Amino acid sequence: MGARLALEASAARLVGRLSRAAGRGGGTTLPGKLVWKLDPAAVDALAARLDQGVALVSGTNGKTTTTAMASSILAPTRTLAWNNSGANLASGIASTLLDADGADLGLLEVDEFALPELMRRTHPRVVCLGNLFRDQLDRYGELEHIAERWRDAVAGLAPEATLVANADDPLVAGLAEGRESRLLFGVDDPRRARNGLQHASDSKYCIRCGHPYRYDAAYVGHLGAYRCEACGHGRPPLDVAAREIEPDGLDGVSFELHAPDGSVRVRLAVPGLYNVYNALAAASLGLSLGVALDDVVAGLERFRAAFGRFERFSVGDRGFLLLLVKNPAGANEALRTLEEGGVPPVLVVALNDRIADGRDVSWIWDVDFEPVLEGAEHIVVSGERAAELALRFTYAGFPCERLELVSDLQAALDRGLELTPTGGELAVLPTYTAMLELRAIATERGLTRPYWERDGR
Amino acid sequence: MIIRVGHLYPEYLNIYADRGNIAVFTRRAAARGHELRVDPVTLDTPLEPGSHDLLYVGGGQDREQAMIAPDLAARGDTIRAAVEGGAALLAVCGGYQLLGRGYRGRDGSWLEGAGLFPHETLAGETRMIGDVLLESTLDEAPGRTIAGFENHAGRTVLDPGAKPVGRVVAGYGNDGASGFEGCRVGRAVGTYLHGPLLPRNPWLADLLLSWAVAHATGGDPEALAPLPDELEEAAHAVAAARARSRGGKPA
Repeated sequence: MGARLALEASAARLVGRLSRAAGRGGGTTLPGKLVWKLDPAAVDALAARLDQGVALVSGTNGKTTTTAMASSILAPTRTLAWNNSGANLASGIASTLLDADGADLGLLEVDEFALPELMRRTHPRVVCLGNLFRDQLDRYGELEHIAERWRDAVAGLAPEATLVANADDPLVAGLAEGRESRLLFGVDDPRRARNGLQHASDSKYCIRCGHPYRYDAAYVGHLGAYRCEACGHGRPPLDVAAREIEPDGLDGVSFELHAPDGSVRVRLAVPGLYNVYNALAAASLGLSLGVALDDVVAGLERFRAAFGRFERFSVGDRGFLLLLVKNPAGANEALRTLEEGGVPPVLVVALNDRIADGRDVSWIWDVDFEPVLEGAEHIVVSGERAAELALRFTYAGFPCERLELVSDLQAALDRGLELTPTGGELAVLPTYTAMLELRAIATERGLTRPYWERDGR
Repeated sequence: MIIRVGHLYPEYLNIYADRGNIAVFTRRAAARGHELRVDPVTLDTPLEPGSHDLLYVGGGQDREQAMIAPDLAARGDTIRAAVEGGAALLAVCGGYQLLGRGYRGRDGSWLEGAGLFPHETLAGETRMIGDVLLESTLDEAPGRTIAGFENHAGRTVLDPGAKPVGRVVAGYGNDGASGFEGCRVGRAVGTYLHGPLLPRNPWLADLLLSWAVAHATGGDPEALAPLPDELEEAAHAVAAARARSRGGKPA
């Protein structure tokens, strides 16, 4: 470490300790913010300290879970610099790198918008791109705009670096076209396909000629086996694939993982087809870093749940399931998983509209809540924009008398638990900042997590 | 009474939860004993003036909008004739732009519009994004408030004498400069406001529905029976407060 970097690093760490000492949260990003502000190039130098280089993970949905799964795969053999708190902007990543004394590999979840700059600065060995869905249009702008930025960033990626990309997403797979060092993953199990594309699907027109794609199988949103009947563009061959997928209610899902070196059955302890995609992304990342297939599988099977994403808590004789919802595609998969596992009788849905949630709340109308509304007995709507949720559900036909509006999150959680029968599990679906608040409430109350305890790095 | 709705290009123009607006029309019509029949009108679907009591045009991403723009422009005569014949129309965001005379891109390119609304839109350098609050300038409801969310790069400039939908209380509006938002021609209303627009502005949904009913019966518009709108009012109040505290600040 150069003298200037050492000085900046120690000053920034001091700020982090002061911040924690002052009780201002975990002090997660404050040191990084300082470094980022003082000298953004320090990130280049901090990343260069890692002997085994850096792996970056990005995409609209699943990047936190994918990165957590990858950490489960890599942790036995590597010392990781991993931003597991979800601080995925440049400043958060700078903080993670600052704290990474002794780490040999960077495993970094990166915000879609921040990815190009972090690719330039960290010179990654592997970049893993999961998917692109419409998300927080008020903050990110349109999908094409993000794809354009990614295209430029991938063009600047070192030829020896591996691009891990989701073949089932036309925009993402398109980024890997013509690249030699790449690993493409996807789902190959038409039995698990949906009946056609969902409402408000993205990327349904051919990236080359604009003709609508024909889907032989659509799995999650617009992710699937697509081809254009006009120009012939279609899903590229899969290097890593999931076949013979068997859901196991809300308890998990198993599948056959086909990789270049063989195939092994994997049993994930989290449910949902979207988690199969996350597992494929993490497995491909692990394989591209030289982890043996059996070790990849063992890592995936050890994984339990990422922060606020399908976390289960027990409260006396009841439980609750915390399931982040943040955009139509992600919310649809969360709801589909609930539906397949049996819709819980009581749901708390919480909508905030801060910057991290998206200030534009119109996306809730693009979520297919209807099947879950049919199965639910009671819904408590909460958060700063609870009334908008109430309108979403009542205009969908959910009866007013089974809907309650409790703006305060703590009160809404308690009311939801009260309505939940003994031995039952309440489903809590919050947006990002509401999720943080609910987790804080759970931690404050010392709620135990029955299936796992969050393990350190 | 059956109210026939033509929903234009629903699979292309659906970015800001346009189906929320349709859901509001449907349920509020049903509450008054009317049945809404929604026909998708898409590329190559024939459209006759008078075949629908209400036309709806939503917003899309740039790529999708460009795909349907020539088709929509070619229907200009039909749409103008429908509105002259008393059909109601609601156009939101991209649909509002595309129903004007045209859109001037940053590179000077010209995208022909359908020519219903007397305005032109110029691509701006920055997007105007945020919560918005309007005070209606519609003759039927002067001063009533409309709360929504805007997200547009286009600056829409109304012709002299053209009627806006409202005066901007907070937010950017048509072009971030004029102090007005939207455009109204006959029973056609165009606006940048989504969120979606109608759930938290139910009076506007009812006004459009009353026009559609009038078109269906051939009579004069009559106010619809009021509905209990406590949730709508609560949502409106929060959205209006958001616009006042954090809506866009025109330069």
